[in-house]
Amino acid sequence: MDRIVEDLTTPMVSAKGVRKHFGSLPVLRGIDLEVDRGTVMCLLGPSGSGKSTFLRCINHLEKIDAGSLRVDGDLVGYRESKGTLYELRDREVCAKRMDIGMVFQSFNLFPHMTALENVMEAPIRVRKEPEALVSERAMSLLARVGLASKVKSYPKQLSGGQQQRVAIARALAMQPKLMLFDEPTSALDPELVGEVLDVMRDLATDGMTMIVVTHEMGFAREVADQAVFMDEGVVIEAGPPRSVLGAPSHPRTKEFLAKVLS
Amino acid sequence: MTQTPTPDWPLPTSSSSTSGDPNSAIRAVGVRHPGRWVVAAILAVVAAMAVHAVAFNSRFGWNVVFHYFGSREILTGLLRTLELTSIAMGIGISLGTVLAVMRLSPNPIVANAARLYVWFFRATPVLVQILLWFNLAALFPKLSIGIPFGARFATASVNSVISPFAAAILGLGLNEGAYMSEIVRAGVLSVDHGQVEAAQALGMRRILLMRRIVLPQAMRIIVPPTGNETISMLKTSSLVSVIALPELLYSAEIIYSRTYQTIPLLITASIWYAIVTTVLTFGQASVERHFAKGQARPSVRRGLFPLRASARTKLDPLPNERVQMTNNIRDIAGG
Repeated sequence: MDRIVEDLTTPMVSAKGVRKHFGSLPVLRGIDLEVDRGTVMCLLGPSGSGKSTFLRCINHLEKIDAGSLRVDGDLVGYRESKGTLYELRDREVCAKRMDIGMVFQSFNLFPHMTALENVMEAPIRVRKEPEALVSERAMSLLARVGLASKVKSYPKQLSGGQQQRVAIARALAMQPKLMLFDEPTSALDPELVGEVLDVMRDLATDGMTMIVVTHEMGFAREVADQAVFMDEGVVIEAGPPRSVLGAPSHPRTKEFLAKVLS
Repeated sequence: MTQTPTPDWPLPTSSSSTSGDPNSAIRAVGVRHPGRWVVAAILAVVAAMAVHAVAFNSRFGWNVVFHYFGSREILTGLLRTLELTSIAMGIGISLGTVLAVMRLSPNPIVANAARLYVWFFRATPVLVQILLWFNLAALFPKLSIGIPFGARFATASVNSVISPFAAAILGLGLNEGAYMSEIVRAGVLSVDHGQVEAAQALGMRRILLMRRIVLPQAMRIIVPPTGNETISMLKTSSLVSVIALPELLYSAEIIYSRTYQTIPLLITASIWYAIVTTVLTFGQASVERHFAKGQARPSVRRGLFPLRASARTKLDPLPNERVQMTNNIRDIAGG
């Protein structure tokens, strides 16, 4: 019983002093953040500020160099035993990733599979769930993102907005406890952005824990519980969106917002 | 030769052909290509001359060519050639795939082992490799199964294990594996890294990710050079005539060493090689179409003679897109 109570109170993601270098270039210079269960955090900031890198560290697509990063109480990429850190094996890393959904800027749908096959692939091959069950879930997820009529279409036959909605359904099919969005609307034509944000808004309302790297200030203001402004690998300002976006205290945040909103 | 290009989709019936109507489909005279017809005429004359020079020259011995064309010896040789080609390519493709995946492995020992293999088999002539396998008994007279450097459980003479056919298969197949591994590696590297990341983010492990996501997409790059290798292997397999394995060429050689009709029998063999190559070419095209699934631009164009088909759209739409386009045109026409 204790364990369950503890699980509900520990944050879904907690970062302490996370650092990351690409060669000699520091990308993350000590990130401290916490994301509570069922909340939405929007990561904002100029390009090159390290937002996407931080997001990719959370599911271990990038390895951190220093600090600690925990998802659901467990260290990412390592196991701690009697004060010693052990690097996780490939199998263990993959097992952790199953519980974290990720949506990419460039969709990255599998082009040789239909929308339905894209959604069904991982639950069947990775989680080894029965096909009938997965098929039913996939159909309802595609219906939920408004693509019930496109199940048999290949990615190339879909618009960018439709592809991104399939990508969201594909991530949700693994029934993740956390969803990461890496600039999900940046590659879309302006008139298609809305349909993807609607799906994400819907997901947030349902209580999904989400971390969203985005330039959509309207979305951040309306949906986020926490807005974080990053620049040059550090968190400049974090808090409720109405204070970070509405009344920024730091000059760099002000400067960025002035540019983005003009 | 006025030819109005006919569109692939049904035209809206409401459209009239009056040029003033903005809803009507465009009816224009296509660009003429007189140069193509001139070139075609010149080539036709040259071809006719070539055919004449060959067909009516008795020294080619066409009666001998066709006398042996369907003979038992030649057909047995042909069968042997097909057998050698398919088994050697089967070994080559599977070995090549394994070596390519090894070469791209994060494990440096595995990657370097693959690198060494490729180096070794590309560094020596395949003819020498075939001869070495054939003469393996000169180096290792006995073959044993047992503990390394220890007890032996079973021993056989190498000459009884390595028949000419086994030597040919080993020589051709292992050598082909080295070349195929580079083809597969090129295909794997051509797949967008975003595909790998998407699969990793879904929790896929390396081998599953390769098998389900990367290799199927790499096939578009892998198939054309593999077709090339297969056709090349068909003829490279004639090298095994040096170890007296009666495949197609050696069968022809056996006949002409008896009858002294060297040229006609070489032509007989060549015609068979050409026939099989033609079949393989069509086979490759259909394999390519299969792996073009989900791609807007097929790598193989239909129609061998696109002399007049220039009005066709370059990007063949997928069936659904075509329906969509028809609907759009209906909308435009109807609206």
